[in-house]
Amino acid sequence: MNAPLPEHALQFMPSAGFRARSKEVVENPFLRKSFRGAMDFLIDKRITQFPDKEELESLRTLGEHIRQYNLGKLPDILEQLETRLTENGVHVHWAETPDEANAIILGICQKHSAKLMIKGKSMVSEEIELNHAAEAAGIDAMESDMGEYIVQLAGEKPSHIIMPAIHKTKEEIAKLFYEKVPGIDYTDNVDALIQIGRNVLREKFLVADIGLSGVNFAVAETGTLCLVENEGNGRMSTTVPPVHIAITGIEKIVEKLEHVPPLLSLLTRSATGQNISTYFNMISGPRKSHEKDGPTEVHLVLLDNGRSQAYADEQLRKTLQCIRCGACMNHCPVYTRIGGHAYGTTYPGPIGKIISPHMLGLEATATMATASSLCGACGEVCPVKIPIPDLLMRLREESFTAPHANPAMRGQGAGYSALVTGIWRGWAFVYRSPFWYRTVTWLGSRFGWLMPSKQGPWTTVRVPLKPAPKRLRDMLKERG
Amino acid sequence: MSARERILAKLRASEKFGERVEPDVASWFAGHRRVESGAEKAARFRHCIELAHAEVYNVNRGSWLQKLWEVLAAKEITRLLVSPGTEHGQRAMSGLADNDIECRGYDQAIEQWKDEMFHQTPASLTTARAAIAETGTLVLWPDADEPRLMSLVPPVHIVLLDASKIYNTFYEAMQQEGWKDSLPTNALLISGPSKTADIQVTLAYGAHGPKELIVLLLGEEA
Amino acid sequence: MSEQAKNSQRPTDIYFFATCVVDQFYPGAGLDAITLLEREGIRVHFPEEQTCCGQPAYTSGFPDEARKVAAHQLTLFPENWPVVVPSGSCGGMMKHHYPKLFANDPARQAQAEALSSRVYEFTDFLVNVLGYQPEDKGSDCTIVLHTSCAARREMDVHLTGRQLLGNLSHVKVALQDHESECCGFGGTFSIKQPEISGAMVEDKVKSLKATGAERVVSADCGCLMNILGHAAWKDKQEGRSTPSLPGEHIASFLLRRTEERSSK
Repeated sequence: MNAPLPEHALQFMPSAGFRARSKEVVENPFLRKSFRGAMDFLIDKRITQFPDKEELESLRTLGEHIRQYNLGKLPDILEQLETRLTENGVHVHWAETPDEANAIILGICQKHSAKLMIKGKSMVSEEIELNHAAEAAGIDAMESDMGEYIVQLAGEKPSHIIMPAIHKTKEEIAKLFYEKVPGIDYTDNVDALIQIGRNVLREKFLVADIGLSGVNFAVAETGTLCLVENEGNGRMSTTVPPVHIAITGIEKIVEKLEHVPPLLSLLTRSATGQNISTYFNMISGPRKSHEKDGPTEVHLVLLDNGRSQAYADEQLRKTLQCIRCGACMNHCPVYTRIGGHAYGTTYPGPIGKIISPHMLGLEATATMATASSLCGACGEVCPVKIPIPDLLMRLREESFTAPHANPAMRGQGAGYSALVTGIWRGWAFVYRSPFWYRTVTWLGSRFGWLMPSKQGPWTTVRVPLKPAPKRLRDMLKERG
Repeated sequence: MSARERILAKLRASEKFGERVEPDVASWFAGHRRVESGAEKAARFRHCIELAHAEVYNVNRGSWLQKLWEVLAAKEITRLLVSPGTEHGQRAMSGLADNDIECRGYDQAIEQWKDEMFHQTPASLTTARAAIAETGTLVLWPDADEPRLMSLVPPVHIVLLDASKIYNTFYEAMQQEGWKDSLPTNALLISGPSKTADIQVTLAYGAHGPKELIVLLLGEEA
Repeated sequence: MSEQAKNSQRPTDIYFFATCVVDQFYPGAGLDAITLLEREGIRVHFPEEQTCCGQPAYTSGFPDEARKVAAHQLTLFPENWPVVVPSGSCGGMMKHHYPKLFANDPARQAQAEALSSRVYEFTDFLVNVLGYQPEDKGSDCTIVLHTSCAARREMDVHLTGRQLLGNLSHVKVALQDHESECCGFGGTFSIKQPEISGAMVEDKVKSLKATGAERVVSADCGCLMNILGHAAWKDKQEGRSTPSLPGEHIASFLLRRTEERSSK
């Protein structure tokens, strides 16, 4: 029996419109070109950071080891993190679901009668749709990462986890700013546009009641929240407002501070091809009584949202190794063709395909895993060696095989079709038997001319497949 | 059961497998990162942080104040945020006063002067606790004397760095200084002025933090 | 090159696992590969009972069906001879996925492990086991090589094809843009996500044609089926009667280049 759909489940149905959405992008040459250009740029930047293949491979192996070791001790180090943070004066909260996480965050806001929450970049806050929940509670949640700010102004969602506005041209952004930001002249100069964003957002930092951020690594032994960024908005959000709330998935914990340097190096080099980000911000507590700035209150919300389901299965657990660098999407030929929005999930691209089913259930995501040629580019670049293609195959199996008892995943069998399963059974029947194989392929070679000229989706852009008039085995016989 | 108990119970139920051998971070660094001389480290640091668009000047204990003034003069900056509780802050305050630079001390909690910090503070001077050669990175540990916002809000951030405090790697810095037992409320690695490439992957500086980062690299000679 | 190939001695006998795609759609490629191997003094054994490696079901999420088909192939190679496969993709399935596929069947898993160590991709076998150095007897031409993702990332043999072609003194091998990118085949992916697969193969064919090469060669017939299928469709759309991008398996190209009285 399938586990029942918990009430909290967000109403994403990414599978539903996936093909239509991807078709739309694929047929837009302008978007195709801009995604391709941006991904090429990121691919090239990354490669310059890894000139030494041995160094890269050994660092990936170390990164994988660090992540697997820490996942192996996850419950222990979560408790250690909680203890240390509490000692440091940070309030720790636990949320199983997006609703719980939103309730905790909005509860803190309400306690402080907050009107404005300024947000540093946080994909987990996108995952729980915090902005909607805040709006419903009468709190203005404003994005401050330039890309997120642009996307929020446009009423859209991020299309890339590292570069949220990568689907937009500067002309589109120029027009957007001109329409939405009061009192500015039109400009499509990138520096000028960034200055506009800077000026608008600085005024918001100044008056915000709450700063919200994500977390890149949380260090258990020291009780430290680490944030990686280039812009400084993460530092602003976590320093200027009187209250800082950080939110993270439960998997992003490392036991020791010394685990951070290798992961940081892998993260920035893989993500944007930088040897390090401009800022690496390590927060271990609120302002002390003699200090002159920094928030007086710091909270951490630890979110499960399906991660514990992935954790329970040895293979699926590897999904949680992810450090959210986005290299898998940059290198993915599918992401490059369709961009981030087509996926319909918070996390797009290869990582989105393997993590989203745990968050949303296979009911909503069953077909996402089919959108891969299993080319392996994602697994090849993953800095912590997540075997993404293997996980995609596993998800296909969980989606399409008949529902069974004690499934490892919510929604197992959601994509089951008796017809499709029957076709594969028939295929196996033929291909496991030399007699039937010979018979069927002989018929194919003799009557190949009867093959239809329209062969479903194959012939939309290809000529039909026709078996050769003689099989290899026939040719070998003739040759003697 | 609380959410905390339910999450931990689910995770504990799956502890049967997983990597148990501790990763050997030290060996990796020993095998992959060279230990360089002071001069090599200073050169590497400078090269990397300049690539990230920072300005670096070699100075010594006698000349840094003069260079500081030159930098401010060249940028037509007449106000500087300094830390009155530090020796270099005191030196700057006394030394620059005669040269038409008004020094503002960070001497009260930010709530008392937030608006002034955001609107009337064009530059700041702080020290760096250490630096990292591999990535061209400054290490700052803000404290009561040099609070967090000094290195974030003013559009120009000037940093005094003692060249003898440059480590080869981030890992070496944290190990040799015993960070795991001594981290402050906020520790920072800064590797250039604030930047973004969020508009059409075009690099722009001064996104939210300082638009310019200037390093006065204190060595024996200059 | 694969580790195992570096340590192998020159065998006298090999098994040839043709793959179902070659058997049914590209038999000429299989025959040419066998001819080439025989010309190098190798006795080539073609187990008559062979069908398919099972990959289509495996990658589509039907491991049980794949297991049934794979189990049959496990029985076909009793002698301790190399098993040469003219496809990185099917070779990768047998070499890397069979042992995983039979994880819960110790007897078959042992068989799969033993087989895995004997499986070679065709170009890897030529270069690294036989030390084959083709002597070019054709006239000048420019071609372009497409390497399958499985050959590149699973079998780690992406250099051997280029090396073989590099030995041909009158052949210039052009380099296409986005050389390492997938052609968009991916088995049932091409059927389930035809828009994305179609966009990928469209871009791939454009890149290959942009090199000005007169033909494309590949060591994987799955990719060829996709690439040539699209190129031919495009020719038809645009009313061309001669193929703008002909192509063939690398075995056929090598054989032709090294035969006497060859024109190309």
